[in-house]
Amino acid sequence: MIVAEQKPIKEILEMVKDYNKILVLGCKGCVTVCNVGGSKEAAILASTLKIAARKTNKKIEVEEHTLERQCDPEYVDEVKDMIDDYDAIISIACGVGPQFLSERYPSARIFPGVNTKFMGGAVEHGMWSERCAGCGTCVVHHFGGLCPIARCSKSLLNGPCGGSSDGKCEISQDVDCIWDIIVRKMTELGRLEELLEFMPPKSWITARDGGPRRLIREELVI
Amino acid sequence: MSDNFKPKIVAFYCSNCASSAANVADGMDKALPDNVKMVQVPCTGRIEILHLLKPFEEGADGVYVAGCQEDSCQYVTGITKAAKRVAYVKNTLEQLDIEPERINIYNLSAGKGQAFVDVALEMNDRVRELGPVLSE
Repeated sequence: MIVAEQKPIKEILEMVKDYNKILVLGCKGCVTVCNVGGSKEAAILASTLKIAARKTNKKIEVEEHTLERQCDPEYVDEVKDMIDDYDAIISIACGVGPQFLSERYPSARIFPGVNTKFMGGAVEHGMWSERCAGCGTCVVHHFGGLCPIARCSKSLLNGPCGGSSDGKCEISQDVDCIWDIIVRKMTELGRLEELLEFMPPKSWITARDGGPRRLIREELVI
Repeated sequence: MSDNFKPKIVAFYCSNCASSAANVADGMDKALPDNVKMVQVPCTGRIEILHLLKPFEEGADGVYVAGCQEDSCQYVTGITKAAKRVAYVKNTLEQLDIEPERINIYNLSAGKGQAFVDVALEMNDRVRELGPVLSE
């Protein structure tokens, strides 16, 4: 999933300080799963904004609504009859949401309520970890099912650097050296020799280095 | 703060330890302040962040949760979850420049009727001292 975290309340309040009728727009996709942008969090943010208004004696109206997804035009269309009723929209979807909303409703004031962090998964309840860098050419099968691009601080593809110590990365004791884990796993599996196989340099043209990406599947295009 | 200020306080209490303490207090003829609105929940673990925010949104000046001791929650982790949610709301209040002391959590035991009343009085005194949420 795409993992995000809520922006600091003060930052959100600063963004919408000149607006009195605000819609908090949630998304039932990834941000619901990572507990930051679903209907529950939309209600929490709306309530928080109302408490802030109470504190400052400001008269505002805040409502909340949650779309099935904010990354599909048909769902973004769902709010077409209500969007003009609001001075400001706070999207608490990932960074895709506010952009799809801005493209569909050019005159609306759309603000991001969350910071999009990474593609990853829940390693414990309330704890998420990055797993994919979206390089566009997946190579995890060469590394015991583990991605050194997303999980090595230097994205090294040819083994650990000198900063690997006792299984930890030099950037922090909280960060595992993924190369330490890869080597240990491949050794246990008796497949360490596979890491010695020659591979040509990875092409990064499918990653961000090739510019903004898009995908067209002709069999799906109507 | 003005002596006339009577804070609105909402108290969530669990139907186990805190509820038993409430019954003991009742039996002791100990009355709670009439400005404390009591909301009983099956377990404090059921109290969501939104439940704690809503009273402040609706005009409350203080909120507290009365639940079990950490090692005696019937549902094992209910009071621990509630404590984390109270901490979250304290942080939210701080970000809004509202005193985090306006929300608190108390661990009670089933037989402690006096303690059930004491936490209500303590919160009442504390919030009276802080005054209304509204900025001057």
